[in-house]
Amino acid sequence: MLVHFFGIMVVVSPAALLAVLGLTTLFRIRLSERSVARFAQASSAVGLMASLGILAYMLTMNVRHLPLELGDWVSLENSESEDQPAVPHEAAHTPDQSSAAAAPTVAAGTESGDSMTGETTSVEGLPEIRHEGHFHFLLKFVFDRLSVPFAIMSFVLCGVIGAFAFRYLHLEEGYFRFFLFYSIFQLGMVISSLAGTIETLFMGWELVGLSSALLIAFFHDRPAPVQNGLRVWSIYRVADAAFLIAALTLHHLSGSGDFEGLMGTGAWPGGTATITENQALLVGTLLLFAAAGKSALVPFSGWLPRAMEGPTPSSAVFYGALSVHLGAFLLLRVSPVLQMSPVLCAMVVALGLITMIFAAMAARVQADVKSALAYASLVQVSIIVVEIGLGLRYVPLIHMIGHMCVRTLQLVRAPSLLKDYSILENALGDRLPDTRSPWDRWLSPGVRARFYRFAWERGYLDSILDDFVVRPFVNIFKWSDRMERRWTSFLGSPVGTEVTSKSDPGES
Amino acid sequence: MIPELHFPWLEFSILLPLLGALACALLPTPEAAQRVATAVSVVTLLFTSGEWYDFSLMNTFQAHDHWDMIQWIFRHDYFVIDELSAPLLPLTALLYLMTIFSTLRTKLGRFSFSLTLLSESIVLATLSCHSPWMIITLLSLACVPPWVELSRRGASTKIFSIHMGLYIVLLVVGWSLTDEAGGPKSAGLLPATLLTVAVLLRAGVVPVHCWMTDLFEHASFGTAILFVAPMTGAYAVMHLVLPFGPSWAMRSIAVLSLVTAVYAAGMATIQNDARRFFCYLFLSHASLVLCGLEIVDTIGLTGALCVWISVGISLGGFALTLRSVEARIGRVALDRYHGMYEHTPTLAGLFILTGLASIGFPGTLGFVGMELLIEGAVGVFPFVGLAVLLAATLNGIAIMRAYFRIFTGRRFQTTAILRSRASERFALLVLTFLVLGGGLWPQPGVASRHHAAQELLRLRRNPDQIIEPVDESPHDQQEESATPPVDRHDSNPVSPEPQALKLPPPSRDAVVVRSTDNRGDPAFSLEPEH
Repeated sequence: MLVHFFGIMVVVSPAALLAVLGLTTLFRIRLSERSVARFAQASSAVGLMASLGILAYMLTMNVRHLPLELGDWVSLENSESEDQPAVPHEAAHTPDQSSAAAAPTVAAGTESGDSMTGETTSVEGLPEIRHEGHFHFLLKFVFDRLSVPFAIMSFVLCGVIGAFAFRYLHLEEGYFRFFLFYSIFQLGMVISSLAGTIETLFMGWELVGLSSALLIAFFHDRPAPVQNGLRVWSIYRVADAAFLIAALTLHHLSGSGDFEGLMGTGAWPGGTATITENQALLVGTLLLFAAAGKSALVPFSGWLPRAMEGPTPSSAVFYGALSVHLGAFLLLRVSPVLQMSPVLCAMVVALGLITMIFAAMAARVQADVKSALAYASLVQVSIIVVEIGLGLRYVPLIHMIGHMCVRTLQLVRAPSLLKDYSILENALGDRLPDTRSPWDRWLSPGVRARFYRFAWERGYLDSILDDFVVRPFVNIFKWSDRMERRWTSFLGSPVGTEVTSKSDPGES
Repeated sequence: MIPELHFPWLEFSILLPLLGALACALLPTPEAAQRVATAVSVVTLLFTSGEWYDFSLMNTFQAHDHWDMIQWIFRHDYFVIDELSAPLLPLTALLYLMTIFSTLRTKLGRFSFSLTLLSESIVLATLSCHSPWMIITLLSLACVPPWVELSRRGASTKIFSIHMGLYIVLLVVGWSLTDEAGGPKSAGLLPATLLTVAVLLRAGVVPVHCWMTDLFEHASFGTAILFVAPMTGAYAVMHLVLPFGPSWAMRSIAVLSLVTAVYAAGMATIQNDARRFFCYLFLSHASLVLCGLEIVDTIGLTGALCVWISVGISLGGFALTLRSVEARIGRVALDRYHGMYEHTPTLAGLFILTGLASIGFPGTLGFVGMELLIEGAVGVFPFVGLAVLLAATLNGIAIMRAYFRIFTGRRFQTTAILRSRASERFALLVLTFLVLGGGLWPQPGVASRHHAAQELLRLRRNPDQIIEPVDESPHDQQEESATPPVDRHDSNPVSPEPQALKLPPPSRDAVVVRSTDNRGDPAFSLEPEH
């Protein structure tokens, strides 16, 4: 019973924070800075305590897989063909099971005998089963060796950053707005971490994307942050589309969006995907594309330094710690699908290596500390991706946790570090000595200049996307727009003049 | 016999705005007209809500008014609602109420409450009507208020007249030929073609969509919103083409809708005029709904019906927010940053909330509907699902771009007070409640649309079962022709001859049931997988 309560509290605590901040915004109730910070800290603390409680339970009871079902969010039954599911599934989801799942249930899986995969002993009602005319959207969360560390890290780092932001953003005009977006982010991270179905993961994924774009544009009186926010949002939307296609494809291939249905019944990192190699290649490629968008892998790496336009606390928790690892987390979550296809694994490794080399070069030439840290972060993320592609599971998880902590510390320390450097240089009366790179001895100046240019231009990735994707797209539709205006002018209406702000009253 | 509601909800909700329109036309000041129009809209909303509630308690697919005066006068039961139209009536009434209520005082002189109430009456009558000729008449009449407004404002009515004139002519000729041929089942190629082109014109499908951008640019924003937002074009498709239309007609509508959805979404991303941006955004969403209506899959059709409702609410709210911004700074150009956030954070919040709801963001009203629509589309024909997803992605980018352009940027100094008014805040609360309430607790709404989708598919596969309102005739004759009510929960009609209505058992391997009648062929279907 207590573990039920803990499981629900892990999800409810960030949701409650969002509800409080959202409702106070809606009803125009002005909370003090301290109250907002306390709500945020309380949310993180409660969530963390509940997560630790579940971890303690899992360790003491030797449980590796703990699903928490909150019931069907949406349940549609086809009255015409209830007895004839079009998509065969071993355990058909009957209406009775559906209604039984309406109450929150937690089913624990225990490690038995010499089995390292661990078996889940009971799962009440398989979620997301869709036959012809049937649809179930089960809200299900899973506590296992992957999700629990990620959820704990989410609460720890969000709590730390919340406390940091309380002072860092003191008297900032957008203080309340920051915490509203922060609460969306925290909820998104927790949902993504604990998602038991691919659709639930998608929900969290989207919340993280939205809060990310809005926080990048936090200082919205300047155009650059806003432009960068829109750019990040656009890339996220494209990546999200790939994710959704992958989710739906998996749904149709396996008849279920439940990770248990997709990856077999074994607790993470065990389990075997229930799809063929070619299907795994198709779905895995889409998921890799989505992960590349979220984790800024090549060719989407250009958005990461741009995202540093946001306030330092959000940069730290998003792009140093949690959000940037979400792509790698996705790959870990679907690792049984990766295992099915050696070609897919090779693609993952190749993408990781290319990103790693590129990011390592770009990190060395950045002129501002946040961009340098962004690329340094990308180097580690790409190494984690390589590790995942090589079939490792616990190593990338540990690598991720360590990297999150270090990078968050570096990013929140960065502003004061610059100040320390300034003090040191003032005391010395000169610049601090610059250590020479070993590449100076090995490469000729011409080659180094080329590499420098390549790194300084950030691999021309943004230019390539702009020239070959964005510009043709915009040109085609602008041409269509001109043609339409000509056509309407021809038909008799004098349109085609550009409207100007404040030139024409509303309703005119 | 079609079951009766417990009150003449339909007739009252149609008659009241009509009387209100007369009253507003006679009132001396626009302020008084707004007060009357608001009161009339509130009561109309209550009547339509009562109709929906009453209908939902009846467990039937169709119902008509209690004390049906229209039937008594004209000896024909014109106003019948079904599961498709029942929630559309309160939705439409809500849109009208919000538009009237949130009209700021500075714009009272430019916005005709009389014409607005007249159009509300016509639209509600259209959505309550099943008789083809009556629908055609009402759809034609609905074009009059915007046309009058364009004329009054001195704008050119040419584009609107050409398109709507052609639309009306095609409808009238198409249905006349259908009647001459002895009904839809025996009508030939020409009537179906004319009707299909007509509904495509009204729905604003590419390439016959230019009247819509023209209307948004030259009519008042409120009038333009109310002319397109109830999506009567889709309603016309559902009643004039889908039940009888040949498979090629439905495929044409579906493919053109899909192309329109993607094209309009792309156009929305590059617009520099907020009204044109909204027009394309709406067009894209409306086309998604239209395309979804052609999907012969319960899940896909359920998604389309859900998106119909969610788009009405979310894009209605989105447009009203844009209208409120216009009322403050004039026509909004999207090629610069306006810095409105600090002046009106409330409007900024509503703008982003309704915009995200329209694209199906998690936790909002549109999420489950869009998920079901894409799911159904992918299941039936993968490329349709991809196109729907592409349109949703582009719409998401367009909405965020517009948000940033309008609400971010350097804050400008002004002596005018730009913060949101009480009426706008009320509208915000209502819309937020609907958008988030429907998003967080989607089951009742989705289940209702799912049942409607099942019934529509059943009728589409068996067009003979469509209950046509009949002329008043001897009691025994009516009993023979009418179909008894269908139980909402088990979908098994309570009929003296149940076998006549019972569907053939679906193939175990079939993902989508394919009609054996080529006239009722689905636009997108999948052969059984072996």
